[in-house]
Amino acid sequence: MNPRPLSPHLGVYKFMYTMTLSILHRLTGVAATVGFLLFTWWLMALASGSAAYAAAMRGLSTPLVKLLLVGFTFSFVYHFCNGIRHLVWDTGRALERAQARRGAVVVVVAAVALTALVVWMGCTALARGAP
Amino acid sequence: MSLRTPLGKVLGRGSAGDGVGHWWMQRVTAIALVPLTLWFVIALLGHPLQSYDGMRGWLGQPWVAVPTILLIVTLAWHSRLGVQVVIEDYVHGKGAKTAWLLLSTFVHFAAAVAAVFAVLVLALT
Repeated sequence: MNPRPLSPHLGVYKFMYTMTLSILHRLTGVAATVGFLLFTWWLMALASGSAAYAAAMRGLSTPLVKLLLVGFTFSFVYHFCNGIRHLVWDTGRALERAQARRGAVVVVVAAVALTALVVWMGCTALARGAP
Repeated sequence: MSLRTPLGKVLGRGSAGDGVGHWWMQRVTAIALVPLTLWFVIALLGHPLQSYDGMRGWLGQPWVAVPTILLIVTLAWHSRLGVQVVIEDYVHGKGAKTAWLLLSTFVHFAAAVAAVFAVLVLALT
C-alpha cells in the first residue's frame, strides 16, 4: 500500500442529494459508453444487409432489451442534461450552494421528462413502417 | 533560476505528465456533442426504424452521413476520455491500470472505425 497520506473519504461528509447527481454523472457516462457500443453494432447490422438488420431489430425488440434501451436512453439524457450543468459551472457561474441545488432539481426533472419524450418518439418510430 | 516550488524540488516527483489537455478536450467534445446528438436523435426518431430500406436511404444521404460520422468520432473520443478517468480512479496497481486503459482505447478505436465504416458502406454502396 502506498504510504502517502490520503484525504478523508466520502464517509466523513454529510449526505446531500447533489452527491447522488455527481456519482450518477459517472455511472450514466459509463452506461452511455455501452450504449455507444450497441449503436455501433446496430450500424454494422444495417450495413450488413436486410436479413442482418431484421435480426438485429428482432433482438432489440425483446422485452428485457427494450427495458435496457429505456435505461440507456435515461443514462444518455441524464448525462446530456447534467453535462450542460457542468459546462455552465466551467464558466464560473451557478457555483453557489443554492444554485447548485436548484440546478440539480432542474436536471433531474428535465432528464425524466426528456427520457419519457424520447421513449415515446422511439415507440412511434418503431410502429411506423413496421413489416 | 528555477521556477519549481521548494516543495516540488524536495519531493522530486516531476510533473503529473500532462497538463490541461485532457480536461480541455473533454469540454471541446462535450460542446460539439450537444448539437450533434440533439440533431441525430430527433432526425433518427422521425424515420421508420423497422424499415431497412427507409433507414438505409436516410443514413446514406451525404448530409446525413457526414454529421453522423462526426457524431461517431466525437462520441468515441469523449467516451474514451471519460472512461479513462474512471479507470484511473478505481483500478489500482500500475499493471492492471495500464491493461484496462489499453483495452478501453482499443475498444473505443475499434468501435469508432466499425461505425464510420458502416456509415460509409451505407453512403457509398
